[in-house]
Amino acid sequence: MELIQLIIGGIATGCIYGLVALGFVLIYKATEGVNFAQGDMMMLGAFVALGMVNSEFGALPFIPGVILAAIIMGGVGYGVDRFVVRQIFGQPHFALVILTIAMGFVFRFAAGAIWGFTPLVLETPFAGNTLNIGGIIIGYEDLTTIIVTALLTLSLWAFFQFTKLGLAAQASSQNQMAAYIVGVPVHRVNSMIWALSGAVSTIAGVLYASKGAIDPNIGLLGMKAFAAAVIGGFGSLPGALLGGILIGVVEPIAARYLPGGISQMSPYIIMLAVLVTRPNGLFAQIYAKKV
Amino acid sequence: MKVIFKTSYDNDIDLHEDWWDRGKMIALVAVMAVLPFFLGEYYMAEITNTLIWSLAGMGLMLLVGHTGQASLGHAAFLAIGAYTDAALMNVGVPWLVAFPLAGIAAGVFGAIVAIPAVRMSGIYLAIATLALFVIVEEAIIIAEPITGGVGGLFAPSITIAGIDFDRYASLNNFYWLCLAVVVLVTWLYANLMRSPTGRSFLAVRDSEVSARALGINITRTRSLAFGLSCAMTGLAGALMGHFITFFNYELFSVFISINLLLVVTIGGLGFIQGAFFGAILITAVPQLIAILRDGAMSTLGLDLSMPGLDTLVFSVILIGFIIYEPTGLYGRWLKIRFWLELFPLARRDMFRRQKTYLKTERMK
Amino acid sequence: MSLLEVKDLAVHFGGVKAVDGVSFSVEEGEVFSIIGPNGAGKSTIFNLISRFYKPTRGTIKFDGRDITHMSAHEIAPIGIARTFQNIELFDHSTVLDNLLMGRHTHRNTNWLQDMWFLPKVRREEREHRRVVEEVIEFLELEAYREKLIAGLPYGVRKVVEIGRALAMGPKMILLDEPASGLSVEESQEVAYWVEDMRRDMGLTVLMVEHDMSLVNQVSDRVLAVAQGQPLAMGTPAEVQSDPQVKAAYLGTEVYE
Repeated sequence: MELIQLIIGGIATGCIYGLVALGFVLIYKATEGVNFAQGDMMMLGAFVALGMVNSEFGALPFIPGVILAAIIMGGVGYGVDRFVVRQIFGQPHFALVILTIAMGFVFRFAAGAIWGFTPLVLETPFAGNTLNIGGIIIGYEDLTTIIVTALLTLSLWAFFQFTKLGLAAQASSQNQMAAYIVGVPVHRVNSMIWALSGAVSTIAGVLYASKGAIDPNIGLLGMKAFAAAVIGGFGSLPGALLGGILIGVVEPIAARYLPGGISQMSPYIIMLAVLVTRPNGLFAQIYAKKV
Repeated sequence: MKVIFKTSYDNDIDLHEDWWDRGKMIALVAVMAVLPFFLGEYYMAEITNTLIWSLAGMGLMLLVGHTGQASLGHAAFLAIGAYTDAALMNVGVPWLVAFPLAGIAAGVFGAIVAIPAVRMSGIYLAIATLALFVIVEEAIIIAEPITGGVGGLFAPSITIAGIDFDRYASLNNFYWLCLAVVVLVTWLYANLMRSPTGRSFLAVRDSEVSARALGINITRTRSLAFGLSCAMTGLAGALMGHFITFFNYELFSVFISINLLLVVTIGGLGFIQGAFFGAILITAVPQLIAILRDGAMSTLGLDLSMPGLDTLVFSVILIGFIIYEPTGLYGRWLKIRFWLELFPLARRDMFRRQKTYLKTERMK
Repeated sequence: MSLLEVKDLAVHFGGVKAVDGVSFSVEEGEVFSIIGPNGAGKSTIFNLISRFYKPTRGTIKFDGRDITHMSAHEIAPIGIARTFQNIELFDHSTVLDNLLMGRHTHRNTNWLQDMWFLPKVRREEREHRRVVEEVIEFLELEAYREKLIAGLPYGVRKVVEIGRALAMGPKMILLDEPASGLSVEESQEVAYWVEDMRRDMGLTVLMVEHDMSLVNQVSDRVLAVAQGQPLAMGTPAEVQSDPQVKAAYLGTEVYE
């Protein structure tokens, strides 16, 4: 019984990891770049939503407030790509890694300067309510997290599979030059994807904030999301989600049944194990370079 | 512009192409050696810190700049160096033995870790090193009997042949010790880069395919580079431990890894000199910020003591460099020098970067 | 005994039979060319010999030794050097350093000795440089010795590739389209060099090439392949008059 309770809580936490991981994967799938600031984008998204919704700030109703926050963060994502990332278009991946790490620090500073470093609580309509199914207690926020995540993943998958923008993004990631030649506006597609990723991480941030207080350092959660993305293969949307859930479930179980310290290490140990055994992730998409 | 008339292969093999260049290097070391006679304690401590950062930076430079592998977790190897050195000295091992052992421990650990890690390419390696860092950090907390756990560890002062090298009591001696270590490591590093080993590093960096066709064992070369890089960083960690004297795991945070990356990228990837340029910047900027902050407080009454301001300034500098000068401070210096040599013949477009397109290695 | 013996070589990528049942042998001191339309599997054969691809079937023997299951980096030390169709040089190094990297298999020092730059390291460096200077002289690269690859014109880069392979001091050299993208004069130079490699250096040359005038001029024997399968083998004249070869070239694939 206790185990089931742990697993359900783990799945909900894992969904949040998974959502942040989705943000990584979106950008990676479309632009082949890795955004190390994803965790900080989630943090900033949570704060922007908090700024819209909480009574001492914007005091908007919850749903419109969150949607507005997602739109703003979409704009931030677009802007980051348009004014910063695009400047290094075509440079080695390593440059982007460092650039986005630096961007993360800028976000963290911005959030700290505006909302301060003391933890704040987002006011949500579903906080505190629980559902009791045969002795197992599920919080409304956990239930919402799981449902929203499932819907979001499904629609993102459909986006890449069926929409013009999604297909264009896939094309430009495989060969930017060729995509240009056949008329894909590579720059704009990349910026749109960054915007989308910003919006998705806002949702993740709001769900995270619904489970507890937030401060500008929660962006470090991005590292766990990273592990989730790697376990899932880094190019696969469902993979990222599954990776997140795996980590989310393993963590509380390790904390409960294994000696101290192992729990904090567990996401990274799993990730290293995956990297070592399958250097390209579980759902690998990378093939050897052609000579 | 200087033109060298080469008369033997040794002209190319030697580290410096003529006596003028060699003289400049000797003069630099000589000036560094007499600095304690002219500068006060505050500046000597800062310069010592810069030297230690240069050493750590060289470690990462070998990996990132010369072998083309990214590491986001090099603070872990600083930590291994610092803890090995301090723990050994605490059980009575003399510094002259503990210090090389600290380097070897970090190097061997790095090389072992590298064997699976080097199978991964680019981004995956960066992530794996980040994970490794978190694991090492947790392991330090758990291994309390050796590391002092959360409480931390005291690095005893160094004594060699009765001479005291304590960081506070005899700072100048400690400075000379650091200088000697840095000069020696720099010389070894430069030697490596002009030998077949260094060329194999560059080969692996620039084209794995042809490196293999030339008979270079990629896995072995990368592991070697990883090990040597970690060893250098480990040595820096040991010195850093003595410099801080009392430290716990928090000294080696993820920010230190990022700062190290900053050192190599801003300094200039692919140049040993870049590590020094970067180290100067990273140690000087916080001081400058502090001075400016005091200035703003006293003259304008402005309170700029926001937390994270240092990191913000670093981040902005980093972003600026990556966008506008990817070759770093050293690259900029080379361009300025070249421009002066050619004056007034240099053209504006001489250093314009070519537009590049990213072509993926992904096929599906 | 032949220097290189390829027997019933095949590699399949999924359902695609890139190379399917190719056999040939190259004698010592011979210039052997492989021709065929685009996508015929010529470069794949090279990649199989230099062990970048694992063959699905068949054996490759070099100098009496079975190399079918060796690693890619073990091929250079036994005396096989190669160039690449799409130039794979070390862009951030000078021409001289690129050629010196070709000497890797001849190094007898380890990293510890290199680090302290012992007298032995210096002696070896001098020897490497002597060999490399010979190559530079042979290919007339003196003017570019200290230039970075990134700033060199295409034609010169192709020559540096050949130079790097020669600096390896191989028994056999694999040239993957050495004349593609070169002007008529430049490819004529390549022809002279190939002849010199054989005559003066005693090298065996295995070449993939589209330029039929170059092939005719230097090759002793030619193998024509199409769609991964061998069509004909013999002197250049024999192969060119083969009806199957004509069909393969004049058929649908000619403008591909």
